[in-house]
Amino acid sequence: MIFVSLPSQLHSYSGGVSRVEARGETVDMVLTDLDRCFPGIRFRIIDEQNRIRRHMRIFVGRDAVTDIDRAVGDADEILIFGALSGG
Amino acid sequence: MARNIRLLIGTRKGAWICRGDSSHADWVMEGPIHLGQIVSHLVVDRRTGGTMLMAVATGHLGPTIFRSTDGGGTWVEAKRPPAFEKTTDSAIARAVDHTFWLENGHAGEPGVWWAGTSPPGLFVSEDDGVSWDGVSGFNDHPLYREWVPPDAGTPDGPLLNQVVIDPRDARHMYIATSTAGVFETTDRGASWRPLNKGVEASFLPDPYPEFGQDAHFIALAPSMPDRLWQQNHCGIYLLDRPEVTWERIGRAMPPEIGDIGFTIVPHPRDVDAAWVFPMDGTEVWPRTSPGGKPAVYGTRDAGRTWKRQDNGFPAEQAWFTVKRQAFCADDEEPLGLYLGTTGGEVWMSADEGGSWRNIGAHLPEIYSVVAAPTP
Repeated sequence: MIFVSLPSQLHSYSGGVSRVEARGETVDMVLTDLDRCFPGIRFRIIDEQNRIRRHMRIFVGRDAVTDIDRAVGDADEILIFGALSGG
Repeated sequence: MARNIRLLIGTRKGAWICRGDSSHADWVMEGPIHLGQIVSHLVVDRRTGGTMLMAVATGHLGPTIFRSTDGGGTWVEAKRPPAFEKTTDSAIARAVDHTFWLENGHAGEPGVWWAGTSPPGLFVSEDDGVSWDGVSGFNDHPLYREWVPPDAGTPDGPLLNQVVIDPRDARHMYIATSTAGVFETTDRGASWRPLNKGVEASFLPDPYPEFGQDAHFIALAPSMPDRLWQQNHCGIYLLDRPEVTWERIGRAMPPEIGDIGFTIVPHPRDVDAAWVFPMDGTEVWPRTSPGGKPAVYGTRDAGRTWKRQDNGFPAEQAWFTVKRQAFCADDEEPLGLYLGTTGGEVWMSADEGGSWRNIGAHLPEIYSVVAAPTP
């Protein structure tokens, strides 16, 4: 299991919970698993071309993710942030 | 028979519902709904008065559609919102930035809805807005890249900003785009052809191209669906089908006002009547009320003459404008007109534009206003 940290912008999906667990061997697979628990959440983070949305940021530990095919392991934590997006 | 009215208001920071009685005297603002979400369009099924759909995104999150079947009390996300087909060719990969326009389907097709997006895409739902599919006839058209050039668009992105359906024939539809003008289909979206003859595109080398115009808003005359009104980036136009050449009726507007604006509202019963809200399209395009003096202009003779209707609006130093979906009519007698401003105010006229009253203020920038009877 991999811990996933969710920003406030996604708490309406998680019932207000900011740290959840999900399964997967890549960021993509983890987000897909997350979507099974919280339907609709993946599309708010990732577009239909599997690109991270412009004002969202994903990290594995301290490493910024640019490709959601990035592999993850059980010791990893995925952190999702809402980036600065203006007024 | 007079009914109570509800105004469905979409703003840059959420949605509100403004309820009024049939005398148009008292209005109550309810909300916010989904505070902080960018609500491009909030609509109700005009066929049934039942399902409500809301097109939302946020500064951070991707776009989606929320549905309500209890008059706006509770909202559930669509299971599959509008999205383009996934492709491995990054050069043509598109992603929906936001859904801009929601339109209920033909009266003979219950549960059908249409959506227009940015970048321009046409989507249809056959299950009352729960799941959405792309309309390949437009989205995958061989000329799509010419209709939607990579560098084209409004400050909010290129738009498929409207879907209009002929009430006599579900297969006959029009769409308006900000990058290629108006298109028509007679086979329910399988094929499309431009319908822009006579419409200026002053920002292109050829000012009257087959496509490339910026159609801000189109509307059928409800009582005569062969009549199309258009508020374009380059003027106000009228087209009576089966003719194909638009007439620039905005030439009759006062020169100091011009005929630039975002939207146009036809009268539901008087085929020759419509209203516009002009904005300043001079020099650097301030897109404000001309001279800081807001006014509606109405015609009763299909655009041959226009009458200024500013009674009740601020006489000076008011610099708002009205966006594409933010001006509408009810179907009362006399007609009620409603508009929402970029300054977050809601104005209404209970006498077909003769006088205007502020019925709401201090909202975020208003993107859409839809008048609907209270069920």
